[in-house]
Amino acid sequence: MSPHRLTIHEAHDLLSKREVSAVELVESVLAHIDGCDSNIRAYITVTPEVALEQARRADERLASGEAGPLTGIPVTIKDNMCTKGVRTTCGSRILENFVPPYSATIVDKLFGEGAVLVGKANMDEFAMGSSTEYSAFFPTHNPWDTTRVPGGSSGGSAAAVAADETLFALGSDTGGSIRQPASLCGVVGFKPTYGRVSRYGLIAFASSLDQIGPLTKDVRDCALVMNALAFHDALDSTSANEATPDYTSYLTDDLSGVVVGVPAEYFAAGLDKGVAERVRQAVARLAELGAEIREISMPHEQYVVATYFLTSWAEASANLARYDGLKYGLSAPDAQDIGEAQSKARGRGFGREVKRRIMLGTYALSSGYYEAYYLKAQKVRTLIKEDFDRAFAEGVDVIVGPTSPIVAFGIGEKVDDPLEMYLADLYTIPANLAGLPCISVPCGLHEGLPVGFQIMGRPFDEGTVLRVAHAYEQSTELHLQRPELGN
Amino acid sequence: MKISRAEVEHIANLARLELSEDEIEQLESDLSQILEYVDQLNELDTREVLPTAHVVGEGDVLREDATRPSLPSEDVLSNAPRAEEGYFRVHAVLPKEER
Repeated sequence: MSPHRLTIHEAHDLLSKREVSAVELVESVLAHIDGCDSNIRAYITVTPEVALEQARRADERLASGEAGPLTGIPVTIKDNMCTKGVRTTCGSRILENFVPPYSATIVDKLFGEGAVLVGKANMDEFAMGSSTEYSAFFPTHNPWDTTRVPGGSSGGSAAAVAADETLFALGSDTGGSIRQPASLCGVVGFKPTYGRVSRYGLIAFASSLDQIGPLTKDVRDCALVMNALAFHDALDSTSANEATPDYTSYLTDDLSGVVVGVPAEYFAAGLDKGVAERVRQAVARLAELGAEIREISMPHEQYVVATYFLTSWAEASANLARYDGLKYGLSAPDAQDIGEAQSKARGRGFGREVKRRIMLGTYALSSGYYEAYYLKAQKVRTLIKEDFDRAFAEGVDVIVGPTSPIVAFGIGEKVDDPLEMYLADLYTIPANLAGLPCISVPCGLHEGLPVGFQIMGRPFDEGTVLRVAHAYEQSTELHLQRPELGN
Repeated sequence: MKISRAEVEHIANLARLELSEDEIEQLESDLSQILEYVDQLNELDTREVLPTAHVVGEGDVLREDATRPSLPSEDVLSNAPRAEEGYFRVHAVLPKEER
């Protein structure tokens, strides 16, 4: 048996029956990381001491009968969520040696549930990127083909789950950073409704868009993790005060009564034909499961990327103003005065992509351009959100399409063409702009590489999204396909 | 929208970002190209549209004004490049010639 290959619910069954211990489970994961991570490079930091200590305590809980569904389950956390006493770099030189004095709310919550920290996952610097090539340290490789990118920015999280280097991972999603890498690596990735999961202790990128969510091996695991992540947190003023259902209660095999909207605009030019074919097959499968399929229109889809650019960059330029080399992070001891110290620390500590976005955001917010750029984008955001409001008001329960227009691309292929890289996010961005819950599930391979099927729902209706995703997944064997690791 | 070298330098100063010569040149062309792309938003008439800042609006969130424990100052200072007597130590605020 190879325990690291298990899903959360499979491992929980074995842990509960004491057929495997939490220590054995995490040792299996750590040994597998030792064996294959030099090819994948999913991890910035691996934490064996923390993991073994937490696993021993989980075994005590399991023995005393006080275990929950996540007790003893290994987890990997994207390196932009603070972990007390464990280095948190955000993929950046400016935070290369930052050891947080506190943990993010959701990290504390998972530890409280008995989850076991395996390590911190690689990511594009400050979560800005779609390939994990903008990590200041090294790129992560796609487990399906190590010459290709895993997607991004949560590329380390997605690759770790796909390569069985963990049981589940947390990612963050500002414009697709959970779903796009999940799609490219053939795993399940879920961005909950804006406000559904606390962001206290998440290193901020674009505050009106950022959301934390799980990357898992199947939809049942996703529901189990969401049961732990969804609650109100007084430390995050955007955290929603909404009732949290048991998400596993939505997991049925039947979709009768569910209305599925399929926007014509989600099958536009630039969509790979092989990807389109897999996604069309997934839509047909939903119909076979009893769902009603309805053609709908998202007339402002062509504006989502530009709207996202201006919104996210402006917010990022403000959020990243805090990195000044004075309170923490890289500093410039050779500077003569405080202004020079800040400029030098930021100039040395930030990478090319982060600088580009800070510059664009600063420009869009600067005197004389605010109305033409940032305010304009906020108004178009209203129009984009209204497209969704209209579809839901007309009775559509979920909206589906491709997660990414293309399968995993080659490392180095798009890194010098920022605009082309950004355009790969056009189908994932709308859920962030409108704040909607949205999942990517595997829907087959094209040229040997995974394709993702995206399902979006009403605000705070995570349950219906998970229901559709689960019914689809269980009707196929696509989620059981795993990459062959060359080690 | 063509961005000049002077504009790149002005924005970099606003953003407190020291840039190399290569970076300035690269940003001149990147910024021009990307701002040209976002200009497509001007195709839309938004005179009657209200802006959306946050989608799931809770409005202002208030809590009771009660004291609660905060992080110990030694923990807060543990990542400081320079700290002294419980404070962050920073570079001179005024440039030398103004001191």
